[in-house]
Amino acid sequence: MALLELEDVHTFYGNIEALKGISITVEEGEIVTLIGSNGAGKSTTLRSISGLTPPGQGSIRFDGKEIAETAPQDIVRMGISQSPEGRHCFQRMTVRENLDLGAYLRRDGDVSGDMERVFELFPRLKERERQKAGTMSGGEQQMLAIGRALMADPKLLLLDEPSMGIAPILVERIYETIAEINRQGTTILLVEQNANFALGVSKRGYVLETGTVALGDESAALRDNPEVQRAYLGA
Amino acid sequence: MTALRGLRKARWAKYVLPVTAVVAAALLPFFRPPLDGFLDDCILALIFVAMALGLNLIVGFAGLLDLGYVAFYAFGATAVGWWASNHFGGFNGDGLHIGVSSFTESQPGIHVNFLLLLIGAILICALAGAIIGLPTLRLRGDYIAIVTLAFGEIVGRFMQNGDEVTVFNDYALSNGRESIAPVDQIDLPFLDQFDSALNLRPYYWTMLGIVLVVLFVNLRVRDSRLGRAWVALREDEVAAASMGVPLVKTKLTAYAVGGAIGGLAGCFYGAYLGSVNANQFQFGFSILILAMVILGGLGSIWGVVLGAIALTFVNYRLIPDVLDQGAVNDLKNDLGLSFTFSEVAFGIFGFVLVLMMVMRPQGLLPERRRQIELTEGTEESVFEARI
Repeated sequence: MALLELEDVHTFYGNIEALKGISITVEEGEIVTLIGSNGAGKSTTLRSISGLTPPGQGSIRFDGKEIAETAPQDIVRMGISQSPEGRHCFQRMTVRENLDLGAYLRRDGDVSGDMERVFELFPRLKERERQKAGTMSGGEQQMLAIGRALMADPKLLLLDEPSMGIAPILVERIYETIAEINRQGTTILLVEQNANFALGVSKRGYVLETGTVALGDESAALRDNPEVQRAYLGA
Repeated sequence: MTALRGLRKARWAKYVLPVTAVVAAALLPFFRPPLDGFLDDCILALIFVAMALGLNLIVGFAGLLDLGYVAFYAFGATAVGWWASNHFGGFNGDGLHIGVSSFTESQPGIHVNFLLLLIGAILICALAGAIIGLPTLRLRGDYIAIVTLAFGEIVGRFMQNGDEVTVFNDYALSNGRESIAPVDQIDLPFLDQFDSALNLRPYYWTMLGIVLVVLFVNLRVRDSRLGRAWVALREDEVAAASMGVPLVKTKLTAYAVGGAIGGLAGCFYGAYLGSVNANQFQFGFSILILAMVILGGLGSIWGVVLGAIALTFVNYRLIPDVLDQGAVNDLKNDLGLSFTFSEVAFGIFGFVLVLMMVMRPQGLLPERRRQIELTEGTEESVFEARI
């Protein structure tokens, strides 16, 4: 049984149908990438899963349980956490306060241990522990957003465009860390426009086009696909 | 050793100022005659401190701009008007009396002990707060302000026209612009009934007690899980939702707790004034409280206390007793100007606020977070960030 299963998901913004029947699966332990151009429905897919924009129709099963109508906080509690598009760090809070809020729902377990883990993954955050998030660079804020999502101790991590607006050198480092997070046992669903990095790190991928899944395959196969190369890899 | 002493000193230092302030406030009435204009102003200041602290929870902590806070004052005061006066004159024959003094017992109408009224006002206003919160859940920013503004107006108009609505065999819902008066003097267990015509001290100490409770609630909530959720919501709603902060519950509790405090203070205010009428429940009241919060520093508890005290004294002492009398008034008359400063009170507030925004936009005692924002100058303006 797949960890996450979307079946014929339709999501609407008012009258606009942003997702027109998306079906994807994510197996436990995988990194799966969603690529596609602007407006293809990548972020909406993530927002449907995390409950921020619940689907109007279709089913989303996580760990075998239906979550299409579950409230966002309960979804976080079940083990899905999201680093939202555009990072959305709490600008006027320190790095540490941001991370603390990532563990907002946790009453159990080892929050300070998890914070150490985040600092190990992103040493830069440790250096800036007491700095306001708003004063950091885009790349550092992206690290913080990922670290904050990890503080919820998720089984499934949703990452929305971690390379957006970030210096190439930092993108590389962030992707190394994403691979490391996955090696440590967290399943990851990744959304990217920057298909090069994303397909490099992931096992499988889906190509979204105007709210539907146009293609789904092993990442290596997608990279070799001439259509994908032309449209998303700039070849 | 010195490090330890330093630590102890630091820990003490934190409490010295608040404790001194509270002790000074508690002893203040002994230095004034029992019936005193200054003491009267101090009681008003305490009432407004409580109100402003309540509004600060909604606007300062949770970042929901509420322009209809007067509604909670109206509910609290009306509770007193209905259930501690002769308003429902022939009700139940000789009236209904719950835990009141022997003098009040001889009065017709419904008379309920003040403590019970306070609790009732808290419950009603918490509920009303949650109800006003509901339609704003799907709204953001300015639109929340407009809905709450309308809510305040509805309540105000309702009280104004309530004299034409009859309930329980011909009792008017309110007396409209006429007052429901007199309202029972406060009567607490183990104490003689207060008498504001003779001695203001008991009123002062009671309100000081209420303020301390409100302060305690504020301080505790600020550092609690709920307080962190409010601040997270204020700072970034999307991020807060992603972290699993329940938006609906968090917003509604902000309105409910803030409203309950407004009702508590309003209940006392009604009893202290001794009369309840619709003229008291105007839009300007909401703005006055909001101005106190902004003047003191949005989100800063001690700042808001200071702001409330400052504006109360501007409003109730500086304008009527200083500007409108003596040298300033003579000068004004010599210039041939025929107005009173009381008439242009809002102009004066506006001027004070503009002055503040230019000279000290973060408020008198800003919240730590805001201070940093304004000194470091991020791209957000206060109002983009806050509303």
